[in-house]
Amino acid sequence: MSQKKEKPPVLEVTDLSICFRMYDRGLNQKELKVISSLNIAIHAGEILAVVGSSGSGKSLLAHAVLGILPHNSSYSGSMKYCGQELTPHLQKKLRGKEIALVPQSVGYLDPMMRVGKQVIGIHGTERQQQEVFQRFNLSPETAQKYPFQLSGGMARRVLVSTAVITDAHLIIADEPTPGLNPEVAEETMRYFREIADAGNAVMLITHDIDLALSIADKIAVFYAGTTVEIAPVQDFLEGKERLRHPYTKALWDALPQNDFVPISGLQPYAGSLPSGCPFAPRCQYRTDDCSGEVEMRKMRGGEVRCKHAT
Amino acid sequence: MKKGIAKIIAENFLRGVTLLIAVVIVTFLLANASPIDPISAYVGSESAISEEQRAAIAEYWGLNEPPAGRLVSWLKALANGDMGRSYYFQQPVTAVIGERFAQSIMLMGVAWVLSGIFGFLLGVISAACRNSPIDKAIKTVCLLLSSSPAFWLGLLLMMVFAVKLGWFPLGLSAPIGKLAGEVTIWERLHHLVLPAVTLSITGVSNIALHTRQKLIDIMESDFMLFAQARGEGKWQAIRRHGFRNILLPAVTLQFAAISELFGGSVLAENVFSYTGIGQAAVLAGTHGDTPLLMGIALFSALFVFCGNMIANLLYPVIDPQIREVAHAK
Repeated sequence: MSQKKEKPPVLEVTDLSICFRMYDRGLNQKELKVISSLNIAIHAGEILAVVGSSGSGKSLLAHAVLGILPHNSSYSGSMKYCGQELTPHLQKKLRGKEIALVPQSVGYLDPMMRVGKQVIGIHGTERQQQEVFQRFNLSPETAQKYPFQLSGGMARRVLVSTAVITDAHLIIADEPTPGLNPEVAEETMRYFREIADAGNAVMLITHDIDLALSIADKIAVFYAGTTVEIAPVQDFLEGKERLRHPYTKALWDALPQNDFVPISGLQPYAGSLPSGCPFAPRCQYRTDDCSGEVEMRKMRGGEVRCKHAT
Repeated sequence: MKKGIAKIIAENFLRGVTLLIAVVIVTFLLANASPIDPISAYVGSESAISEEQRAAIAEYWGLNEPPAGRLVSWLKALANGDMGRSYYFQQPVTAVIGERFAQSIMLMGVAWVLSGIFGFLLGVISAACRNSPIDKAIKTVCLLLSSSPAFWLGLLLMMVFAVKLGWFPLGLSAPIGKLAGEVTIWERLHHLVLPAVTLSITGVSNIALHTRQKLIDIMESDFMLFAQARGEGKWQAIRRHGFRNILLPAVTLQFAAISELFGGSVLAENVFSYTGIGQAAVLAGTHGDTPLLMGIALFSALFVFCGNMIANLLYPVIDPQIREVAHAK
């Protein structure tokens, strides 16, 4: 643990905000803030699971790190890769080589190109592709197939192959498990664990908390475009009292193996966020303080964005 | 797979035959309903010929038979490869079509290739530089061109390049007063430029706008985003994934353009007095030359049909989804 502290994190995102320019009524443009003051850090050998419901900004974070946000968006804040500021130039140099994305589904593969050629991409070699396929139990013939000919499990392994073929140091997996049966999902998770154990960093974006708990080291909880809590996975396993943010506790309560009780209300949409803590309208501990600026603060080996957390 | 292709060809053949039968019947009915009297059109309104002479011509051409009988005898002759004689040209219809088509195929071929290449290139550039001034310029020009009639563009080109600048001849497919054997290939090409450009212009904008839209759709797809996430640059991604995915719609479009080309050639050939099949079609129509008109209608339907069939047969070659499924069967 102490060794990790000395090296800069593989990925450190501080105070990231992402805005979209869009047309309001007529020709009036307005800025829509979809991610605000987001903080995360991932060290070598770690898996950070980013959990949150749909629309909380998880995928946008991935796109921001890779530098593939849409043209009508802008961001502020800082993103560092191994201590180096991630400029658009550096992102362009690193993506596909040192930073790799494992996409959600087979829809992210070119339907008209054979799988082998796609896994090779522009940086890999045929030899590397054969090795990677062997490692993931894909038969050599798979390389000759087209994406539409892959089964769910094969597709998943092919997608992971695209990320590991270049020995990426940071892997961002965006919802890699929906639609997979539990065995394949667990198998996929084992691949990520292997990759992390080999000294790489993995950011696992998911809304499946159980799956995240089974392999991640740390969990970052997203709510309405920001991180509300970052906790070691142990805290989730030990119980509700170990968790910090009221939203995280509510999530914990909602898990089937715990109380299975959902909380009332909905996540606010970008553009209609309350000032201060975005969770305040649904929070039972809400006070007047909550409408002011709420900073992320360190607490018991994790981080939390709440004035009342203890 | 062989069986699959044989089946596709058989299906297409059947479709083609029914199409041709329909074309023949409709053309015959329309020509028959035409108010133009072929004999008056043939002899001209001023020349005075006696009623007996008229009757003799009608007898000779078989005009006294009832319409159904004429159609049947025409079909019988067609089965033997005889398309009848053209009233107007006083030649067998097959000979007229053969001679005229040889001129037209050059014109249409050049226009087809030109509009295909330039349309595709402009569309790709426009989509890749979406919303840039280049894109806006290409889009504007394409919309302008596709909304201006081909014959008007032809006249405009003629005024500028043939009359004002004198770079190209005013019309015809070869210099006047030269024997067919003496006409050089350069003279033919020289006469071909203006009509071919006219004919390709409307095709270019159509193909460019379609290609642009299709490539934009592809560039917004998840797999293009992923290609970028894996370090591919914009042009690299277009080269690796864009072209592959745009090929199928492009081929469809290119072969579908053949029918428009045929229609366009009628206009372009008349504007430039180019002695091709389009001009012959108009002559046949205005002179009540039913055998020639039917011959041309049949021939052009066959030509367009073949174009579409080639596109159909190319799909499995291009698209792995169709190919591999056919293979699995």
